[in-house]
Amino acid sequence: VHTSTMADREERRFAEISRESVKFMAESSGVELGDDVAALLAEDVCYRLREAAQSSSQFMRHAKRRKLTVEDFNRALHWSNVEAVCGYGAQDALPFRSAKEGELFFIEDRDVNLVELALATNIPKGCAETMVRVNVSYLDGKGNLEPQGTVPTAVQSLSDDLLKYYQQITRAILGEDPHLMKVALLDLQSNAKIAALLPYFVYVISGVKSVSHDLEQLNRLLHMVKSLVQNPYLYLGSYVRSLVSSVMYCILEPLAASINPLNDHWTLRDYAALLLSHIFWTHGDLVSGLYHQILLSLQKVLSDPVRPLCSHYGAVVGLHALGWKAVERVLFPHLPAYWANLQAVLDDYSVSNAQVKADGHKVYGAILVAVERLLKMKALSLSQPAEGGSSGHTGSVVGAMGYRVSSPGLSPPPEPLSEAALGIASHLQAGGAGCPWEEWTPVPLPAMYCELYSFFGDSLAVRFSTGPGFGSYPPYAPSQLGEARKEAPGPASNPDTTRKMPQLTANLNISPRHDGSPRTDPAPSLTRSSTSTSSVQRSRSCSSRSGQRPAGLSRDVFPKARFTSPQAGIPAFTFLIGGRQMGRRCQGRRPFQTTFAPTPPLPAVPPRAYAHKLPVIGRVGRPVRRWACSCYSLHLPL
Amino acid sequence: MIIIVNLGCTAAWWLARSPSSIIKGLSVWIRTNRVAGSCAVRVLFFFNLAHAHFILKMAAVQGGLVDANEEKDIKSEPANDTWANNNANDGRLPSASPGASAAAGAPEDQQTLLAVLQFLRKNKLTESVEILRREAGLPEDSLESKGADSSGAGSGGAAAAAGEDQPDVNVVLSAYSQQGDPVLYPVYYSGLKRFIETVLDCHRAELSQVFYPLFVHMYLELVYNNHESEAKAFFEKFCGDQECYYGDDLRILSSLSKREHMRGNETLLDFRTSKFVLRISRDSYQLLKRHLQERQNNQIWNIIQEHLYIDIFDGIPRSKGQIDAMSGSLAGEAKREANKAKVYYGLLKEPEIELPLDDEDEEAENEEGKPKKKKPKKDSMGSKSKKQDPNAPAQTRIPLPELKDSDKLDKIMYMKEATKKIRLGPDNLPSICFYSFLNAYQGLTAVDFTDDSSLIAGGFADSTVRVWSVTPKKLRKVKSAADLNLIDKESDDVLERIMDEKTASESKILHGHSGPVYGISFSPDRNYLLSSSEDGTIRLWSLLTFTCLVGYKGHNYPVWDTQFSPHGYYFISGGHDRVARLWATDHYQPLRMFSGHLADITCTRFHPNSNYVATGSSDRTIRLWDVLNGNCVRIFTGHKGPIHTLAFSPNGKFLASGATDGRVLLWDIGHGLMIGELKGHTDTVYSLRFSRDGEILASGSMDNTVRLWDATKAFDDLETDDFTAATGHIHLQDNSQELLLGTYMTKSTPVIHLHFTRRNLLLAAGAYNP
Repeated sequence: VHTSTMADREERRFAEISRESVKFMAESSGVELGDDVAALLAEDVCYRLREAAQSSSQFMRHAKRRKLTVEDFNRALHWSNVEAVCGYGAQDALPFRSAKEGELFFIEDRDVNLVELALATNIPKGCAETMVRVNVSYLDGKGNLEPQGTVPTAVQSLSDDLLKYYQQITRAILGEDPHLMKVALLDLQSNAKIAALLPYFVYVISGVKSVSHDLEQLNRLLHMVKSLVQNPYLYLGSYVRSLVSSVMYCILEPLAASINPLNDHWTLRDYAALLLSHIFWTHGDLVSGLYHQILLSLQKVLSDPVRPLCSHYGAVVGLHALGWKAVERVLFPHLPAYWANLQAVLDDYSVSNAQVKADGHKVYGAILVAVERLLKMKALSLSQPAEGGSSGHTGSVVGAMGYRVSSPGLSPPPEPLSEAALGIASHLQAGGAGCPWEEWTPVPLPAMYCELYSFFGDSLAVRFSTGPGFGSYPPYAPSQLGEARKEAPGPASNPDTTRKMPQLTANLNISPRHDGSPRTDPAPSLTRSSTSTSSVQRSRSCSSRSGQRPAGLSRDVFPKARFTSPQAGIPAFTFLIGGRQMGRRCQGRRPFQTTFAPTPPLPAVPPRAYAHKLPVIGRVGRPVRRWACSCYSLHLPL
Repeated sequence: MIIIVNLGCTAAWWLARSPSSIIKGLSVWIRTNRVAGSCAVRVLFFFNLAHAHFILKMAAVQGGLVDANEEKDIKSEPANDTWANNNANDGRLPSASPGASAAAGAPEDQQTLLAVLQFLRKNKLTESVEILRREAGLPEDSLESKGADSSGAGSGGAAAAAGEDQPDVNVVLSAYSQQGDPVLYPVYYSGLKRFIETVLDCHRAELSQVFYPLFVHMYLELVYNNHESEAKAFFEKFCGDQECYYGDDLRILSSLSKREHMRGNETLLDFRTSKFVLRISRDSYQLLKRHLQERQNNQIWNIIQEHLYIDIFDGIPRSKGQIDAMSGSLAGEAKREANKAKVYYGLLKEPEIELPLDDEDEEAENEEGKPKKKKPKKDSMGSKSKKQDPNAPAQTRIPLPELKDSDKLDKIMYMKEATKKIRLGPDNLPSICFYSFLNAYQGLTAVDFTDDSSLIAGGFADSTVRVWSVTPKKLRKVKSAADLNLIDKESDDVLERIMDEKTASESKILHGHSGPVYGISFSPDRNYLLSSSEDGTIRLWSLLTFTCLVGYKGHNYPVWDTQFSPHGYYFISGGHDRVARLWATDHYQPLRMFSGHLADITCTRFHPNSNYVATGSSDRTIRLWDVLNGNCVRIFTGHKGPIHTLAFSPNGKFLASGATDGRVLLWDIGHGLMIGELKGHTDTVYSLRFSRDGEILASGSMDNTVRLWDATKAFDDLETDDFTAATGHIHLQDNSQELLLGTYMTKSTPVIHLHFTRRNLLLAAGAYNP
């Protein structure tokens, strides 16, 4: 039965075939049917189908399977003396498409070019031989001899060829010659015959823990992970768990290499985070509960104040890479608590703290990026169901996710706006003790924005108000936003009320140093801003106005600003980074409520060791794509 | 083999030819084709009259349902084709009890015979009448008088003997044709419902049993009489009241809304032809009867009379829990009489083996450095087995193959191993080895180990059977005939010399079936392998040549399971045709056919003493059959889903069964009682196995776990209870958690087979299922 429309009856216990379908099929074979005949036929066909489905289930049961296959159904037909339906035996799921006009569903029946198939050069290799392997699972009824997730010592005895291959590949990847390594990685990515070696490679990769002092080696191992993950012929199975734990190690652990501030372990963490999300999106279904486990461990790191900031950074980029939902569930609720710690670090101006503070800025930047995307995606997800597929925004959607698309080397599937298949909700019950899974309720966007604004101040607002998704935000939102903010305690009548939304700070976009090198960021020129300075520019009224403003208008600002900038020479402008003075939930970040002095960056200042790492927070108006490119650029030693 | 004979000559001829020694019963399948104007009769032989009876009823009902004009061969019941084979049974088992001359015994049987005679007479088959009468040893006048009776009474035409609890053919024929006002059906039903809800608590649970069969029959009656919308409304209104374990049946029922659908629907056929059995205490029954008579509720009363068999017992009404434990099968509970027959569940005496045992033993002992210890032990074992178990069948009750020298050697090996056996218990659990089938992309459907755990075989959905050697000893074929000629046949190691070293490999593939292989079984001597398949055949493979020796045809429909007898030679098979067959390897036709299940036979097991076989079925019952006479000696009900595995305890006293409902039930064979319920699995239980001494029961399931249960405790707890064997009403305590000794996860591998080695190491097998 190729086409079937679901009859819209009052009771639909079973799939039913309407009489229209029957007539349709009769017509296609050249028979005219009356209505009553068609109705009778339809009913009978439904019954026969149900009967066949019923009897096919016993073939499934006896084959000790859970999945009913086409073959089972055909056997049932065969035994009730009906011809089998041929052509649907493929293992792959058949795409079931719907035609827009009419409630019509059909299976795409593509033409197969037999000539091409017959003359194809890539003749499939025979499948691996069926074999029996034994292992002692439980000795004296107690315990697993072999802990879950470790590499079995001898799953298969390796042939000499495979052994040689293994040695060559590992030598090439971990060796000195970059060209050799490239070749090896490429082969690892496409070789169809290395299934037997998978456990060994996984074992090698699990060696990340022993080379944590060597960034280069770590990088190579991560690339090895990438190659294995991308190999279409490999079935990773439960090795995914092992790979993930290796990658997580690179993301989260205070690597020995990070002791030396000259080592760029940040890039490694970024790359590992991207890799993690890639593994998750492509192989996450192999291990149940993987998503939840990852989230839990990230959360654990984040909530552990003893951990160094680079670990926290890893947790944040990890969450960011896993998608905005993860950020919303884990990072956002945790932010108030975390903020205090970070604040303390950033407020400490002692020289001894310089290194830590630089790390703190790094974390700050990562959090900012994460929450901004959270806001953007959330707004987008709200607006999308609201107004179907307004084509005007599809472009901006792509833009919002631009960095994912453009991330070099990896092409994770576009992140769905809705919850992932392995949604968080399904794991809520399973959540471990001590984490706020249970009480989590989605925070409405305005409230979320308010809270975030209280942390980040304008550096956040800029992005939000001009963000591509915001224009399509439902109109009730701004008023809610206003209300929410009115309720905010604190300096209701203080100068904050007259603040302006600093759209114009988007001018920063025109920073002449848009080559992406933050090296000359005018860190030394930071001066404390007075509250009054910033307050002039921000106003609540303005914020709500900006919410209502059509997206197009707000976007105008950028190009203009952008193109004027080069002529501006050395621009003199104020530079707003920080949040506002008095937050609703906590103290605003004073040090970042700064105005850059209208002086050009002082080249005379000697670049400090960590200066090039200084936060990106100042470059707020920059399009996501560019930012991502600079900060998230993958360390590709190839 | 279908025997369709034109009435008039051939039937009589055929009847005349049938050897009288085997006639224990006879039934005639009647199909009258009025359009054609001629009558065709299918003559079938049974050696069991009870079955004949059943078939007759079935035939009658069917005949009544089938419209005369549209008479066609409705999905010819597989049974027809094969029951006819039964004439092959004569003298197969030399020691078979001398067939009692016809059915003179039971009056019921006689009535059936009379009915048959009546029919033959009506169709002017005087010759056949004569012959049958002679064979059955009936006096001439008995027929006359009966015939006169019924022809006087039954003006409608067909007539049969009428027993008090036996509806005559006439009534069965018109089943469902009588009807009341369709609008009143819900009124009747809810009236009864109200009544039952208001009776005393102690009776309510018992009377509630009536709901389900009543509901189904009323619905079918409505459907049969073309009241489609009323039927649908009736279903909608009351289906929610039914017990949840009838869900599967209700789903099938609800899908059917037309009279035409009823034809050929097997589930319905079962429901119409077999009486739904209820056990109700006398008090409750009286209550119901009084109510219905007061209300003049004939509709319901008729259904109860026609389609329900109410097994009335004296005593306290059962509780809801007791009822729920026993119900759930397709046709209600088993009648109490069904489980009354004596079952010889004891073990056969082990043959005494004196052979070169001593020499070998000495060697073994010397190696171990304990020369003296073993002797007395061996003696004690011998003396123990010499004592005749009062519950054991006679040694020669069924003829068993004589032990060959190799068998004796194997027995010696077994005893030696047994002395090294680990004694298991709750504190001493077995180690588990898992045999994973890797790359079994074609689908692993069945697994078996040899008793000595040296070979493992897998049946696959791609029609192949693969055999692996688990020990370092490789699998070798026997040399070709030409090469065998060259061998020195006198040499000591001739058995070694006949093997062809060149063919040695770890595994062998057996090709031959044309459909998925659903059941496999090694012979106890490890020389043969049986496989049953979807293609309707059972194949016997030689493990010396790795070729197919015989294809046993007879089932004609998928054969779900097969198993060798523990003594070899015999094997049992069961499949979609609802008939279990007993075969001997050297006969191409079955020796016995066990019919009675109402749905597919899904699993078959031999009792350790080879005198009985147990079959589990999709009708959610387990039946125990006597190999000697083909009688069904036990019917166990209580499972709520198709039964997929059975296991006898090593002492032969108990039976364990596992079903799709994830529960394992334990049965006492001698008393015919359910004695335990093991809850824990979350998916179909596909394998069960007792440890060698029966202390531990291992169960393997689709839910990727192996669970171990304390069998000793489960059985002991019961023996201390006083058996309410008379009523068969057990009260099960829910102690699954206490009995569960351990749950062992596999790595994403459903457990489809379990096996205890001779030293009590547990082997589990399954295909890795990524």
